[in-house]
Amino acid sequence: MLTVVLVLLTTSVVGLAWRARQGKVHTVTSQDALAHEVRALGAELGERATLVEFSSAFCAPCRATRTLLHHLAETEPGVVHVEVDAESHLELGRRLDVRKTPTTLVLDREGREVRRATGAPRKADVLAALPA
Amino acid sequence: MRLSLLLNETTPVPAALRGTMPDPTVQRRGVDPRGPRFGALVTAFVLAVVLATLWWPLLAVQAVVFASGAAGRSPYAPAWKTLRSRLGLAAPSELEDPRPLRFAQVVGLAFAVVGLLGVGTPVFTVAVAGALAAAFLNGAFGLCLGCELYLTYLKTSLTLTRRSTV
Repeated sequence: MLTVVLVLLTTSVVGLAWRARQGKVHTVTSQDALAHEVRALGAELGERATLVEFSSAFCAPCRATRTLLHHLAETEPGVVHVEVDAESHLELGRRLDVRKTPTTLVLDREGREVRRATGAPRKADVLAALPA
Repeated sequence: MRLSLLLNETTPVPAALRGTMPDPTVQRRGVDPRGPRFGALVTAFVLAVVLATLWWPLLAVQAVVFASGAAGRSPYAPAWKTLRSRLGLAAPSELEDPRPLRFAQVVGLAFAVVGLLGVGTPVFTVAVAGALAAAFLNGAFGLCLGCELYLTYLKTSLTLTRRSTV
């Protein structure tokens, strides 16, 4: 019985920590420019920023993320939204270390990844992450 | 509208992976995300009883349930449908890809089998505790560890098939 209580308590701590971290936008130290990859996906880099979203077909938070990023690309000048199906781009996902969907990369105008969010990000956080 | 687009969207399966994965045309139908959450809560309850009583036959029953889930025939799916209509809940607004869910059931089955092989040893307790933690995380918090592993599994099998064919 004690074991059960211990397992449930530990798991609850992990679960709460996971929930708190969902969709948080992290700063990424400079990477190689991804301009070539974006072009290979049939898109062009945004003049200000490019939001690259790795998603999968039936993932519920991906839907929310897609709607949000699409909206931001329409309302924010110079911002482009590129959606990538993680399952059909396994190679790219591995190279960029994308482990789950949705994962959103914020690229600057040169195509360098500057921010990353795993899980559905909040609008204010993405707005704050956009380069000036 | 958007959903119908997604349903028609056939994600090409890399040629190297064909046969190692379920047929996407069959698996493309989505499931109500609340169903697996409900199933995970029931599973967590069952595993908690196993852990408290150390009664292995119940783990054997759970192993059968995991195997049915892995085959896409979870006994909790019809149970959830009945419960949903009893409670008068609406049909799901979003559907979930069943493949990661089924993969998670395979992981659960692996834990159950390891536990059964280790009856009478600490292995039993560790395996059941691990499975309980995963089921509880899924049921209570919506974090499905087995599903998270699915993309990793796809990438790994891609690497392995590449290596073996080169």
